[in-house]
Amino acid sequence: MSLMRITSPHTHGPARTSKVMQQVLLATLPGLLVLTHFFGFGTLVNVLWAAVLAIAFEALALTLRKRPLGFYLSDCSALVTAVLLGIALPPYSPWWLIAVGMASAILLAKHLYGGLGYNPFNPAMVGYVVLLISFPVQMTSWAPPRGAGELPGLLEALQACFVPASYDAVTMATPLDLLKQNNSLLVEDLWQANPQFGRWGGVGWEWANIAFLGGGLWLLYQRVFTWHAPVAMLATLTVMAALFYDGGSSASGGSPLFHLLSGATMFGAFFIVTDPVSSAVSVRGRLVYGALIGVLIYLIRVFGNYPDAVAFAVLIMNLAAPFIDQYTQPRTYGHTRHGGGS
Amino acid sequence: MAQTSYKELSLNGLWKNNPAIVQLLGLCPLLAVTGSVVNAIGLGLATTLVLVTSNTCVSIIRNIVSDAVRLPAFVMIIASAVTCIELLMQAFAYELYQILGIFLPLITTNCVILGRAESFACKNSLAPSVYDGLIMGVGFGAVLVLLGALRELAGTGALFADMDLLFGPAAADWKIVVFDDYQSFLLAILPPGAFLFTGLMIAVKNIIDGRIQARRDAVKAKPVKGAKRVRVTGTIS
Repeated sequence: MSLMRITSPHTHGPARTSKVMQQVLLATLPGLLVLTHFFGFGTLVNVLWAAVLAIAFEALALTLRKRPLGFYLSDCSALVTAVLLGIALPPYSPWWLIAVGMASAILLAKHLYGGLGYNPFNPAMVGYVVLLISFPVQMTSWAPPRGAGELPGLLEALQACFVPASYDAVTMATPLDLLKQNNSLLVEDLWQANPQFGRWGGVGWEWANIAFLGGGLWLLYQRVFTWHAPVAMLATLTVMAALFYDGGSSASGGSPLFHLLSGATMFGAFFIVTDPVSSAVSVRGRLVYGALIGVLIYLIRVFGNYPDAVAFAVLIMNLAAPFIDQYTQPRTYGHTRHGGGS
Repeated sequence: MAQTSYKELSLNGLWKNNPAIVQLLGLCPLLAVTGSVVNAIGLGLATTLVLVTSNTCVSIIRNIVSDAVRLPAFVMIIASAVTCIELLMQAFAYELYQILGIFLPLITTNCVILGRAESFACKNSLAPSVYDGLIMGVGFGAVLVLLGALRELAGTGALFADMDLLFGPAAADWKIVVFDDYQSFLLAILPPGAFLFTGLMIAVKNIIDGRIQARRDAVKAKPVKGAKRVRVTGTIS
């Protein structure tokens, strides 16, 4: 009999990949419900169809790569990608749009790089950006929120997804888009003129953001990720918005509260930026990583051409994550700051 | 390098040593102008002509020009050839000339051409050099056209659009619509699509090479693993 020799640390947590992924899935539920409440069943149909595709593509890729199906499918990472992409896509997207997005996410961004744990980019965001670049018309329109238009029912949502030719989509610009296109109205007047604006952000958007914030805080409490990256991101976004908010003139970039509760801010902060694979890993690195994403989100939102910026900002910083890690590596005991032995 | 067989040269240029997908030379025009078949054919033809001309001239002067100044001399020859091609295109395919834009003069800096001049033409006699230039150009052009076709098909759902830019008005109706009612897939036509499709082509080539190698290995006798007794008087089972 040989003694097992294990080096420290000897404590270990019960966290497994599949459990962490299931917790993430659970934490998206409040946001998903709020989106469904305000925009109808479109997002829910997106998520379900994306999940079916995710399992199919994951199985296909695993078969081609001669990997065991059961082991990799049960870690739920493909499902998380599907849910994140499904939430990010506009409600009532046609089936082929979601299929192209999921194929890019699972096959291109994940398995071509070696599968879970090896992907340098966040798969869901790669899928989103591929779609945004390829199909700008479908990707930049969003359904009108409850109160500003009639909400389609479940049957119509299914019809919009699977028989898109027979469905007349009603779309409206998102609040972020309206604010960007605005060049003549004061922010207050813009608020009055469009039914999409709510109390702080857009109708529906503000509550969806608060719901995602809640889900994120629960994940934080469960210690699925640390606070550094999301807090740094939200902090720099707030600072940037405060710096460029000129009290509401027609050239204003929008108030800090508007930016915090609009678009994909909270969803991005707690579900995209915290991706353990593609983000920076050291503590200081995560602060830098999150902070730069916040700056980029503001810059692309206000000065760029696309309606929201989380996906682009995250992908750019994914690219920079190894570089950030290189310079923020914590000192190990017994070594000098520059990595040499003492 | 004296005895170079034409068969080997062809195999090298078209497959084993293909300038585009094995040596990965000339990636800039490869990625930039392969959005459609007509652009790809235009640039492929131009590159092939420049390659043949430059290889010819370099091979002729290879014993006269001293080693110290050979690179400036090669670049001068290539630049002159490119200028000729550019003027020809301006005269006979002006619209295509405008579409290809900066990438025509940039053929001068295409590493394939200088690479062939340096590694082949300046060491070999005239006939093999001309043939090498031709076959390398064809290999490069073939990759361009294949990539252009893939990207055009994925991007617009049609093939051979606007061929009249290169082949005159008679070619105006060569366009084949493969998928009716196709939602254009912009990514394939934009630069990321070029990287994706080039990567996929390299992958396919590597798969084919792997299969060929595996088949070759299967034919060869396999060495028996493990220790083996040699001096026995009969078969031990």
